[in-house]
Amino acid sequence: MNVKLEFTLNGKNVTVSTDPLRRLIDVLREDFGCTGVKEGCSEGECGACSILLNGKMVTSCLIPVGAADGQDIVTIEGLSETEKGKLIIQAFADGGAVQCGFCIPGMVVAAYSILCENPDPTEDEIRLGISGNICRCTGYDLIVDSIRLAAERGGSIWKK
Amino acid sequence: MATVNDISKSVRRVDAVSKCEGKAKYLPDIDFRDCLWARMIRSSVPRGKIIKVNLPDLPSGYCFVDYRDIPEGGHNYLHMIATDWKCFAEDEVRYVGETIGLLVGPDRTVLADLIDRVSVDYEEQIPAVTIDEGLACKGGAFVNGNNIHCHLKIETGENADEVFKRCAKIVEETVETGFQEHIYLETNGACCCPEGDGYVIYASAQCPFYIRKSIAPLLNISPEKITVRQTVTGGAFGGKEHFPDVLCGPLLVAAHKTGKCVKMVFDREEDIENSVKRHPSKVVFKTGLDKEGNILVMDSKVYYNVGGYLSSSFVVLQRGCFHVAGCYSFPSFRSEGFGVATNTFPSCAFRGFGAPQTLFAVETHMCHLAQMQGLDPLEFKSRYFIKQGDTTSTNGKVVEKVMIPQMLEQVLKASDYRRKVKEYKIGSGRGIGISFYNHGGAFTGNGEQSLIKAHCRLHKYPDGHVEILCGQTEMGQGFHTILPKIAAHVLEIPIEKVVFEDPDTSRVPDSGPTAASRSTMIVGDLVEKAAKLMKDRYSKESEFEIETEYEHPEGYPWNQDTFQGYAYLGYGWGVCAVEVEVDPCTAEVAVKGVWSSHDGGHPVDELIVHGQVNGGVLQGIGWASTEVMENTDGHFRQTSMSDYIVPTSMDCPRQGVDLVDNPYEWGPFGAKGLGELVFNGSGAAYIDALSRAIGKKINAIPVPTEKVMEYILHGKKLGEAD
Ligand code: FES
Ligand code: FES
Repeated sequence: MNVKLEFTLNGKNVTVSTDPLRRLIDVLREDFGCTGVKEGCSEGECGACSILLNGKMVTSCLIPVGAADGQDIVTIEGLSETEKGKLIIQAFADGGAVQCGFCIPGMVVAAYSILCENPDPTEDEIRLGISGNICRCTGYDLIVDSIRLAAERGGSIWKK
Repeated sequence: MATVNDISKSVRRVDAVSKCEGKAKYLPDIDFRDCLWARMIRSSVPRGKIIKVNLPDLPSGYCFVDYRDIPEGGHNYLHMIATDWKCFAEDEVRYVGETIGLLVGPDRTVLADLIDRVSVDYEEQIPAVTIDEGLACKGGAFVNGNNIHCHLKIETGENADEVFKRCAKIVEETVETGFQEHIYLETNGACCCPEGDGYVIYASAQCPFYIRKSIAPLLNISPEKITVRQTVTGGAFGGKEHFPDVLCGPLLVAAHKTGKCVKMVFDREEDIENSVKRHPSKVVFKTGLDKEGNILVMDSKVYYNVGGYLSSSFVVLQRGCFHVAGCYSFPSFRSEGFGVATNTFPSCAFRGFGAPQTLFAVETHMCHLAQMQGLDPLEFKSRYFIKQGDTTSTNGKVVEKVMIPQMLEQVLKASDYRRKVKEYKIGSGRGIGISFYNHGGAFTGNGEQSLIKAHCRLHKYPDGHVEILCGQTEMGQGFHTILPKIAAHVLEIPIEKVVFEDPDTSRVPDSGPTAASRSTMIVGDLVEKAAKLMKDRYSKESEFEIETEYEHPEGYPWNQDTFQGYAYLGYGWGVCAVEVEVDPCTAEVAVKGVWSSHDGGHPVDELIVHGQVNGGVLQGIGWASTEVMENTDGHFRQTSMSDYIVPTSMDCPRQGVDLVDNPYEWGPFGAKGLGELVFNGSGAAYIDALSRAIGKKINAIPVPTEKVMEYILHGKKLGEAD
């Protein structure tokens, strides 16, 4: 049965009338065209579908869209328009973090969430912070370096 | 190592930002208006006869597609390297997951419900699942009367049987490796649309021209009637080399039947259960030593589990046998390879293409030969390092300088190997291991000339842009950056002025598959040559094209019938050390360090090379440790990413990465193949380290924690003979 849901998506108020049990990832991709949210495993294991729900990183393949009602959602599409998002993306591009790219939107979300909590993370803290995001291409080292680079370049931005 | 004008100096990858922003469109992200969706109906038994397919009543707009929809004159086979894999099963099935038909219709939810109500009646037969069962013809042979799909034999030096007669000691040992699943992060997907009097295929794929050639005979049309457009591809590793044909073939028949676009995207579970894997292997060595323990002869029988159909496996097996001598030269050498038919999903390409299995086997065997004599493996292996001019396993010569000694020095220094070997006693819970490996670049022998004959075009536009036209694909390895970089560097124009799009087979010449570590080495070279020809005319002429064609260097003969001669003109070389610590209570293994050095010729981009090394090395450690993929009764047991465990960011510390600069005569700016090489040796180094740490002999991978415990409790002591 369809229900009318309202939430903010990338800063805009949106409404959708849909089955509240549909997965959030499907609604974001199909109803709102946010195809930067990737589906890698469908079971919360790979992190490719990561988004921010009220500022916290979650895997959108495990969340029914009903749970988004009244909440604040940011996907990679929104994050990449922000100053912090841009900073991370530039660091990823310069640091060689990207190969096939399928894990990368989720990694950018993970990087954002690490740096917001800890503006000056150590290598181990970064590794822990991205440990829920699987990358089959890079072996992670250059992603870790790129997140460090974003921390250094951003400096005080991350304390805001 | 790079100087300012050196091509090695890294540039930002051209695809990085669009991928980060989520703007790059992968197949599942593309909205094909009004397309129909397809779901595959597959065999649920490993071997049997199909008696009947029971379909539910299909609502209007939904249909079932199977072999009977192939039009008159069409041929129900996928034309891979061999032509034995059917597009749709007809009366028999040979493995779980074999395509029987497609259910096609507009709504995915309705399809999901319908597919649950399809059932197939079989007359089941006894399957052969393992290499041994295949060889024993369990349930009766189903291929060639003996279940041997393919076979080859190579030898060098004095006849092995003669040498064995005068050996002081003969050591026999078996080394085995398991299935490995690619886990490209984007699962397989494709869409086929009727257009004009032909079809357009969109696919997450490595080799657009392979698809066209493979599926055109289904409709008895010429390959040119099918246009293949590669979509941004989220990883492949060989898993999207031939396998996309298995999706695209049925989709083509469905598009023919319905007259509409038909799209299919596998979910992860479906992809793991029903896609090709790395060949499981079994290598049986028989090695003859003299009184002093020196190797006089190494003989091996190499068995690969090919599965139900041959497809590309004979070439994989050949590469396996050609690499079973590793980085060594023995006075006498012999190897015989057998591709064994079993009732498992056909095995296919996976980074390394048959070489990793035999390299793992020979490295492990060499360690054991050393430890049996109380020698350090490194000291023993060093006696046999192959050098420039030495005879290869196919009686060719090593053409290039082999820099293993220099690479070894780098790795010894970075890893502090010598100190650690002394300090970490065997069985102390800590261990360091080392491996040596290579990878023959490009197609075997003169295949680049006789089979592929790659072509490449450069087009200069009036506004100064140059477009590269070739069939090479970006699948994550960086080729969209490498190729423009080569052209820009020769033409001395900014890389932004060079355009290189995802290939569309109707626009670009066939430059061969993106496989076999050949893209930079072969197609990169064609681009460099074309750019050199373009350079003088670039500023004088407003619009023109240059086309180049591959030519094999003279003087390096190869006979593909006897497998004799120069199998590879340029090898990549690698040395890798791994250090581990084993928890004595839980048997959990922590990787404490990984150091490698690679020779990929002159690097075309240091950061891209670095990323390849990191990713390949970690994938190799995964293969040897946690990546367990079992097949019992013909069914894969691991079917999701929560039970098939690939490495995370926590499983390995930062890698030490060294390179040597060894320009390759026939490659662009001296580059040669690298993408597969970097996978080929870390597994052996990991197992060497682990077996020293626990003091037990390990002869089979993968070795997950439960297996480590088993070895600790019941394993044979390191150094003990079998
Ligand atoms: S798709 Fe959601 S965690 Fe993998
Ligand atoms: S870049 Fe391919 S999965 Fe991470």
